[in-house]
Amino acid sequence: MEQKEKTPLLAVRHLSISFTQYKRWWRREEQQAIRDLSLEVGAGEMVAVVGSSGSGKSLLAHGVMGLLPYNASWEGDIFYKGEPLTEERLKKLRGREIVLVPQGASYLNPLMTTGEQVRQGARDRESRRQCREALERYGLGEETESLYPFQLSGGMARRVMIAAAVQRKPCLVIADEPTPGLHLEAAKRVLSHFREMAEEGAGVLLITHDLELALLTADRIVVFYAGTNLEEAWAGDFTQEEQLRHPYTRALFRGMPKNGFQAAAGAQPYGDNLPEGCVYEPRCPWRQEQCRQPVPYRQLRGGRVRCWRDI
Amino acid sequence: MRGCSHRGLGRFLAGKCVRMAVLVLLVSFSAFMLVSLSPVDPLTANVGQTALGSMSPEQIARLEAYWGVGTPPIRRFISWAGDFFRGEMGTSLLYRRPVALVIQERLANSLGLMAAAWLISGGLGFGLGIWAGAKKGGMADRILCFYGLIMASTPGFWLALMLLMIFAVRLQWLPVGFGVPVGVEAEAVTLADRFRHAILPAAALSLTSISSIMLHTREKMIQVMESDYVLYARARGESFRRIVWRHGLPNVMLPALTLQFGAVSEIFGGSVLVEQVFSYPGLGQAAVTAGLGGDVPLLLGITVISAWIVFGGNMTADLLCAAIDPRLRQAQRKGQTS
Ligand SMILES: Nc1ncnc2c1ncn2[C@@H]1O[C@H](COP(=O)(O)OP(=O)(O)O)[C@@H](O)[C@H]1O
Ligand SMILES: [Mg+2]
Repeated sequence: MEQKEKTPLLAVRHLSISFTQYKRWWRREEQQAIRDLSLEVGAGEMVAVVGSSGSGKSLLAHGVMGLLPYNASWEGDIFYKGEPLTEERLKKLRGREIVLVPQGASYLNPLMTTGEQVRQGARDRESRRQCREALERYGLGEETESLYPFQLSGGMARRVMIAAAVQRKPCLVIADEPTPGLHLEAAKRVLSHFREMAEEGAGVLLITHDLELALLTADRIVVFYAGTNLEEAWAGDFTQEEQLRHPYTRALFRGMPKNGFQAAAGAQPYGDNLPEGCVYEPRCPWRQEQCRQPVPYRQLRGGRVRCWRDI
Repeated sequence: MRGCSHRGLGRFLAGKCVRMAVLVLLVSFSAFMLVSLSPVDPLTANVGQTALGSMSPEQIARLEAYWGVGTPPIRRFISWAGDFFRGEMGTSLLYRRPVALVIQERLANSLGLMAAAWLISGGLGFGLGIWAGAKKGGMADRILCFYGLIMASTPGFWLALMLLMIFAVRLQWLPVGFGVPVGVEAEAVTLADRFRHAILPAAALSLTSISSIMLHTREKMIQVMESDYVLYARARGESFRRIVWRHGLPNVMLPALTLQFGAVSEIFGGSVLVEQVFSYPGLGQAAVTAGLGGDVPLLLGITVISAWIVFGGNMTADLLCAAIDPRLRQAQRKGQTS
């Protein structure tokens, strides 16, 4: 791809995340939630990670931020501006250069007013003005600042967290499902703000389960399924089924409302019963013997795909 | 706390008081039944076998009337309850003084002891719990957990005996017992004397009550540190200290307050045994003496007073939570306007 030559802003290479769990007191079990995931976000680029619920999207976001739960372990490489994203670097970058827009209202402290949380406790005039402006931008009036999280609707909480994230001109925005709970117009407005930030040079990693919304604004789409990426395509590829590289992406394409809602049969596998080879193999109409072995992520027609066949 | 989310504050308080009155009635009745079922004969216990043997039958009959031996228990309870509702707590059979006076005097001694133990165990337990929970798995956490588990399974009176043996008998740093120095006139007793006498009982009482509030705070703190909102605070670059201070403390404070005000009852219960060990002239000791000696008016008086104190603790917790927690604050405003 074109970004290959320049150093990308964020590069995730062969990331795997697994959880250690105890079953019946003594049996330790490793459960892999993300397996061999690679993706890149360039400066000025908006990349959407699209996958259904439970595929590990939030985990990816938290992994990049270095905030995995204590029972999780990860391997692979994460680079930011060409250098490994270490714990020390993260400490300096978190909340300043790299910001996270978390998934839901539970990420707000229940005992603190909205304004205080957006300002992070700062009381000076400049912070107040910044906070006011940021909230204003997402249609939240002055009264919002004195509300507690339980008094906000889901959509309001999301807009508050977006406002909190973008008030300080970040270089990399990781937005974890920023649109549910917003009606279509508001969702489009939010995405267009992210787009603007990308135009101004920031990298945006948009995490969503809504392919159609992602296609409206993102440059590239990374298709996420059962903890790994099956395809990386340009948004433009989604105009024709033939341009898409993976059977799952094609199924997603046919599942979109404008293409007649044809859902594929079967369901996504989880955690401890992931297939050894291709994770989509059990549902794939083209499956062969070969698919039971691990499938490499390879270049195809300007994008990438994790499939043996050239379809 | 949960009850007041749909009603106004006034109705909430009234409801609590009615429940409390019923509870006091039941508690005092069962205390009374326990005393009257007790195999201890009040005459033998208070007058003594040998003294009884040298008395004439008329004297014994008078004594029996005084201790209420012949009267059926129910009649005695009803007559006590009747007096009580008229504001008359009766006369202590053992001390031959009005129950109200005895309780007042004893309470003054006990209250200082219990308040000290309550504050020390609450403050220290909360602080240590926050520390252990914030640094879960660390050295401090492991030491504190060990201490908490040991203390939770140590009887208060045993610890009191140990302290007594070490600090009073062996090292002779502190007095062995009683609330004031022995053989000193009441006027000559200084505040410092009283303080020195309260140190060991208060220590015994606090050391055992620390563990429950500490372990509970730790548990809650771990939950908070693993919560989504702490993850978000970390994602926004807030430092560990700020997270503990701004997110940890307030969110752990509410459950800790409820627990610590509820712990008033445990401290009260602990004080009975600890006062016994140190011969400390407090309410707990009086309760034991009254119970063993069949001093029904005094015992019932103490029962009612302690029930009210415990109730007061729980009520304060409810009110404080309602004042602090924004969710409950709003529920109350709604309840009052509707
Ligand atoms: N703390 C955890 N312990 C064990 N498994 C977890 C934990 N957090 C997430 N998971 C697992 O990781 C998977 C991905 O979760 P998540 O990233 O939240 O999915 P998504 O955001 O795509 O809906 C889930 O199937 C879940 O079972
Ligand atoms: Mg998620």
